[in-house]
Amino acid sequence: MDILKLKISEIQNLIERKELSYLELIKEVFKRIEENKELNAFISLFPEKAIKKAEECDKEFNKLKEIPHLLFGIPVAIKDNIAYKGERLTCASKILKDFISPYSATAVERLEKKGAIIIGKTNLDEFAMGSSNEFSYFGVCLNPINKEYVPGGSSGGSASAVGGNMVPVALGSDTGGSVRQPAAFCGVCGLKPTYGRISRFGLVAFASSLDVIGILSKYIEDCAIVLQVISGYDERDSTSAQIAVPDYLPLKSNLKEVKVGISKDFFLKEMENSLIKLYEEFFKLLEKKGVKLYEISLPKIKYGIYAYHLIATCEASSNLARYDGIRYGLNIEAKDIDEFYIKVRSEGFGKEVKRRIILGTYGLSKGYYEEYYGIGIKMRKKIIEDFMKAFEKVDIILAPTSPTLPFKLGERTKDPIMMYLCDILTVPISLAGLPALSIPLKYKINNFPISLQIIGKPFGEKEILDFAYGIEQL
Amino acid sequence: MELNNYEVIIGLEIHCQLKTQSKLFCSCPTEFNKEANINVCPICLGFPGVLPVLNKKAVELALKLALALNCEINKKSFFARKHYFYPDLPKGYQITQYKVPLAYNGYFLINNKKIRIRRVHLEEDSGKLIHTANETLVDFNRAGVPLVEIVTEPDFRSPKEVVSFIEELKTILIYLDISDADMEKGNLRCEPNISLRYNNYSSERREIKNLNSIKNVYYALKYEIEYQRSVLEKREKVERATLLWNEKERKTEIMRTKEEEEDYRYFPEPDLPPLVISEEEIAKIKEEIKELPQERKKRLIREYNIKEKFAEIIIKDKNLCEYYENLMKLVKDKNLATNWLINEVLRVLNEKNIEINKFPLKIEELGYFLNLLSDNQLPMGNIKKIFYELVEKKITLKDLEKFSIKKKEEDLDKIIIEVLEKEKEVVEKYKKGKKGVVGYLIGKIVKAAKGKVDPREVREKIIKILEKD
Repeated sequence: MDILKLKISEIQNLIERKELSYLELIKEVFKRIEENKELNAFISLFPEKAIKKAEECDKEFNKLKEIPHLLFGIPVAIKDNIAYKGERLTCASKILKDFISPYSATAVERLEKKGAIIIGKTNLDEFAMGSSNEFSYFGVCLNPINKEYVPGGSSGGSASAVGGNMVPVALGSDTGGSVRQPAAFCGVCGLKPTYGRISRFGLVAFASSLDVIGILSKYIEDCAIVLQVISGYDERDSTSAQIAVPDYLPLKSNLKEVKVGISKDFFLKEMENSLIKLYEEFFKLLEKKGVKLYEISLPKIKYGIYAYHLIATCEASSNLARYDGIRYGLNIEAKDIDEFYIKVRSEGFGKEVKRRIILGTYGLSKGYYEEYYGIGIKMRKKIIEDFMKAFEKVDIILAPTSPTLPFKLGERTKDPIMMYLCDILTVPISLAGLPALSIPLKYKINNFPISLQIIGKPFGEKEILDFAYGIEQL
Repeated sequence: MELNNYEVIIGLEIHCQLKTQSKLFCSCPTEFNKEANINVCPICLGFPGVLPVLNKKAVELALKLALALNCEINKKSFFARKHYFYPDLPKGYQITQYKVPLAYNGYFLINNKKIRIRRVHLEEDSGKLIHTANETLVDFNRAGVPLVEIVTEPDFRSPKEVVSFIEELKTILIYLDISDADMEKGNLRCEPNISLRYNNYSSERREIKNLNSIKNVYYALKYEIEYQRSVLEKREKVERATLLWNEKERKTEIMRTKEEEEDYRYFPEPDLPPLVISEEEIAKIKEEIKELPQERKKRLIREYNIKEKFAEIIIKDKNLCEYYENLMKLVKDKNLATNWLINEVLRVLNEKNIEINKFPLKIEELGYFLNLLSDNQLPMGNIKKIFYELVEKKITLKDLEKFSIKKKEEDLDKIIIEVLEKEKEVVEKYKKGKKGVVGYLIGKIVKAAKGKVDPREVREKIIKILEKD
């Protein structure tokens, strides 16, 4: 039996029956990571801390005679743009390669409070800018399904770690698709919650109005367990929502209860016919199972990719201004302050990050603001209106997660536009701040499962999870 | 050509540190700390992943000032990021307000002249560079300290008007407990912009920075007027520029010209929701600031019939005003009490370097003391000593009773008769019309009574006796 292919609740059952200890679980995790070293899913690992915590969990369990929480003693990996006190927070950038965070993100604190064990920090595209995990100072990360392929990005490391059965769940971050797309590429579940559902405190900002912490897992239930713990208002994040968190568990299929919207606007003419056929087949299956499907129209989402790149680059250029080498980070000898800034930022940032900083700086410049950032904001409003109109008719919208299957390493790094198009089906949801869950379907092409994006109303995570659970049971 | 009928046009940009316990976006203390980088945390140092949380007290204080300056309040205002690279700016941007500020369109009267206020908004301060012989260090204690920025319209026509405005603004800031408003300490900073106009000739607006006292504001403006006038007289152009005041050489120096002006790339701060101000908040604060220092001064003069210079002193501090007015309700001799407060109480505050709310005597205690004094129940000559002992808590109000040793009527009468007997010759002089000798007689009687009598009472008594004869 492979314990790392089990659900969290099944792992806890083994612990309860004393067929497994937390220490054995943690050791298995590090063994598996070692075996998969080649995938380069991790930037930092904390075996000593994790083993010590696992031993404490075993002691605690023996004392309590019961498991205090489903996450108790469960290993969790976090993307290396999320702060964990006392450990490196590199964002896969040279500029922060040795930076140690003096504090933990709220989401991490909440996980640890329930007894979860942070085992390491996963690889990503530098500052979460990328869709293939090829823009990492710590090297590319590989797809566990086929090592010649990219794992997707930017949460490539988290997706690879979960898909490669190294860890049951991982945190990622999603700005324009960075949890959903790598989840799709690696055949796992990836939830991007509603903007404001999970505190961003401790998530290194890329585009603040779009960034959310997301969850990658093999099972819907595991995703719900983690979401339950890390959701909710945080006084340290003024953009976190003061909206009550419902009980996500137990999950209950709602396939026959919800009205489901499907839009042609999500099926681009550039997409492979064979891929579109599989989605059509799946929708037919849903109808056969009694799911009510409705055709909806979202004509403005085609502007999403443009609006996204205008807004995200502008915000990124601002958010990354703090990396100046003065208080922390890369430090280089220079003759004066201007030369210091130029040297630190030229050497510290990678090509893709620099590209976006330059674009964003231009977009915010005097005389260009209205034409760039301003237009982005206007398009964003139109997209939100589209979704809100659709949600008057339906409860959930289904769409493909990615317009293509995973591509090979190096295939798109030369062409930034091709790379940006990876996110074309995920960014409209990010712009609207909506929750969406990507799940692998049973249809495969070249071993890669195709993925479905389940999009919900604002704070409709529960409906999404119940729907996904229903599909999981099919 | 000689310019005589030129017009001076001055506008002000004022930054003022708000009197809050903690910084604008984190919980670090704002108190001055000699040791560098003590009042800092990951938030005000701009570490990766941190977020700002707005300080409610700062909003309240800024709102108070905006209403005192008769501004209209934006029920929903927004924060924005202002970008530039400088080592004392931790995030590479300053969080400020740009398109929609907290307040706008106000005015303030200086000697019955209306100075229009363009806007009042909240923003965070930066850190401070410390230059030593061979290195430059940064102290971030000040980074993130809450500031309010006031921008006036260019309504000032002379440096004098500017000085009056700043002085009156200082009074209000201190009176309303919004700021310590000390220019020397840097918690009130003034950046005037100035241009000259003469028929078709006009200079471009020049902004002066680095002015750390009202005096320097005055001198810098004077200097700049002379400079711009001399350039205009030559029919040359005065270019737009940002200037620094060189205090030593008493002249302005160019810091940067128009070409070097920065593009701050403002954009809405995505980490903070809109700042929403309710009608109730506005009403509550309006109630608090119903009467501003100038109006209160007029009322104090009217109501208590006190000298303007005394009223001036009292309105410098709102708490002192409250103390004073409450004291007035208790005392019999208002004039005596006013003098005592101004001379003795303020001296104690000064010596002890404390504010009125830390003054050891409660209003009722001081009132009781002053009433004993006005009733002549305290020994003359020892009064100040008694007062200080009260303040130092060496004696209590109860102890005052034993000083209140007015000689019994019959005792006093006896002493008066004895003295008058002894001083027959003087009494004769009085009867012959030399009324001035009364003073001499009173002195003798007070001395005989060992000072434990009220001279005015003695005077009344002897005059009665002498006139009767």
